[in-house]
Amino acid sequence: MTFLSRKFAYLATGAAVAALMASTPADARVDGDTITLGAALSLTGKYSTAGHHTQRGYELAKKMINDAGGVTVGGKTYKIDIKYYDDESTPARGAQLVERLIQQDGVKFMLGPYSSGLTKAVAPIIDKYKIPMIEANGAARSLFTQGYKYLFAVLNTADQYLAESITLAAEHAKAQGKDPSSVKVALVFENDPFSQDVRLGVVEKAKEHNMKIIIDDKLPPELNDMASSLNKVRALRPDLLVVSGHSKGAALAIRQMTEMKVKVPMLAMTHCEAAKVTDEKNFGTHAEGTLCATQWDENLAYKDQIFGSALDYYNRFAKDYDYNPPYQSAESSAAVYVYTKAFEKAGSFDVDKVRDAIAATQMETFYGPIKFDAAGKNIAKPMVLRQIQDGKYIPVAPTKFATGKFRAGM
Amino acid sequence: MDNLLLLFQAPPLALQVLIDGLLVGAILAMPAYGMALVWGVMNIINVTQGEFVLLGGFITYILFTTTGISPIWGIPVSFVALYVIGWVIYKIVIFRIVDRDLFISILATFGISIMLQQLMNVFFGADIQTADPGLESWGFMDDMIIVAPIRLIAFAMVFVLGGILVMFMRQSRMGRAIRATSQNARAARIMGVDTDKVYATTYALNAAICGAAGALVVMTSVIGPFLGIIYTVRSFLIVVVAGLGNLGAVVVSALGLGALENYAGFILGAEFQVAFVYILMVVILIYRSLMLRRQRRYLT
Repeated sequence: MTFLSRKFAYLATGAAVAALMASTPADARVDGDTITLGAALSLTGKYSTAGHHTQRGYELAKKMINDAGGVTVGGKTYKIDIKYYDDESTPARGAQLVERLIQQDGVKFMLGPYSSGLTKAVAPIIDKYKIPMIEANGAARSLFTQGYKYLFAVLNTADQYLAESITLAAEHAKAQGKDPSSVKVALVFENDPFSQDVRLGVVEKAKEHNMKIIIDDKLPPELNDMASSLNKVRALRPDLLVVSGHSKGAALAIRQMTEMKVKVPMLAMTHCEAAKVTDEKNFGTHAEGTLCATQWDENLAYKDQIFGSALDYYNRFAKDYDYNPPYQSAESSAAVYVYTKAFEKAGSFDVDKVRDAIAATQMETFYGPIKFDAAGKNIAKPMVLRQIQDGKYIPVAPTKFATGKFRAGM
Repeated sequence: MDNLLLLFQAPPLALQVLIDGLLVGAILAMPAYGMALVWGVMNIINVTQGEFVLLGGFITYILFTTTGISPIWGIPVSFVALYVIGWVIYKIVIFRIVDRDLFISILATFGISIMLQQLMNVFFGADIQTADPGLESWGFMDDMIIVAPIRLIAFAMVFVLGGILVMFMRQSRMGRAIRATSQNARAARIMGVDTDKVYATTYALNAAICGAAGALVVMTSVIGPFLGIIYTVRSFLIVVVAGLGNLGAVVVSALGLGALENYAGFILGAEFQVAFVYILMVVILIYRSLMLRRQRRYLT
């Protein structure tokens, strides 16, 4: 390289850097007719599968809202854009990136990351900068006991995940002419914050009905074996077995219950879908009859103007991404939708006005009704229990929304 | 204490817990073998054991889902595949750290384990996987005792593999070379032993054993790219309890720990199942640090 051309190269690099700096304005929240939301998501690392579900949910919502005309604020329409970073499934990185989105990229409206752990890491940052965040994938109860004012969640908190199974067991006992307090419950929960939150909700509900908890095991995360708990289940014969431990817990429970020939009248779990327990090749039909907690089901009678009915959303997602939407995607789409309504209601992009508009949200969506309590969690939507019947997920509880009927004794 | 009472009231249950424990222990014994082998011969604490196990599991899973043949075939296939992978990893990284101190080797193998985790995540996805061996469990005493055939296969394999390994060490030329190298690498080199080849074989053999164990893990339990630590820590534990240089002790220690932890889980609740084993490890470590000086030994 000659001296001149080298000098030119330096100049060009300098110019490029300068141009790059100029193109990242300090205030990017509204850029012409585009409003930018930000999210740090787990696109690599251990949450990458769910992270991509989340991102597709956000992207589909962006696409559909923009196609429907975008957001109208103060008589002008704006398109939505979302800026993503990859948090590598690590909380420290997530917190760093959210700070970067706020400080360097000037994003004033955040969407949540995936998982309670990441949300927990991010929440103090958005609270510090007073930037609202609507999240769709952090279900830990503890997120809403810290007094965060800028955190909102469209999904049900973890303690509601399987509480419904107790109600269903009570209803079932009554239908058979038995007292609900005679129901024996066995709990096998992984010892992590999420599963323990799920457990709290179940225990509370069981107490309401005076049910007896005969097994209460907390599986350490370092355990890849459920044999000792399942031996107890086989010996003590509970009427209802409740299991939660992400997809590992769900897959282990079905695999080992088959292997150890453990049968219970009712089995309720989280993460059936993620563990693919209906996959006949890997699990046969052994998951038949299992009750699975879900945030959302495409057969529920929810609808709105942008996404249509729950089933419309389901079909559209399946068409765009070539697989059926898990609830993580649906709830992520709903989070974006809540923002558009809040912008329109606030009539401006003033952060505090938008925050107050979010707090006052009361709307119907394809994902279910959304209304936040003072702590920021959605209290309008119930959790749904689906039972695996003939290899398909059929909503059976709460009974007033259910399209199917609970089949006992499987 | 109700649970303890239960064991006395229903002796078959106590037997079932024991059987489950022994069968779990058998699967854990295999990566522990490998770890003891590498530790004894090369003086490397290989913390990638868990990732090798999972890799074996994923290979079995892929074989099962793509070709549809029984995942039991995954045992030999994973064994061979991991032998090759182990050899390659030795040729790229491990040979550089054989004569270095323990800290360097732990650091290097830890790095490899992180890399393997991420590669598995990229290639196989972060999802939890399991493969159905399609074997119906056997029930004895009116279904009071249930035994899964696949776990019995694992149990038998531990002894077969152990037997083969002992024969290999005693009878074969390579086995003699491995023993010579572990006793005194320099002297062995002077006597014309290709120590580099010995190390490569040892390391590859370790990976292969882990791979076969992984095939059993995917059939009896679940795998995911980030579950490796479970098997690494257990291997370490078993080897620490057993001490180096005795294959029989590794087997006894693995089966014993498996049974003990299952009883602990049953009686004290699952939350103490692993804690109990860790506490045991601390006690044994303290005892051993008083008794044992670090030395290189081979497996007999």
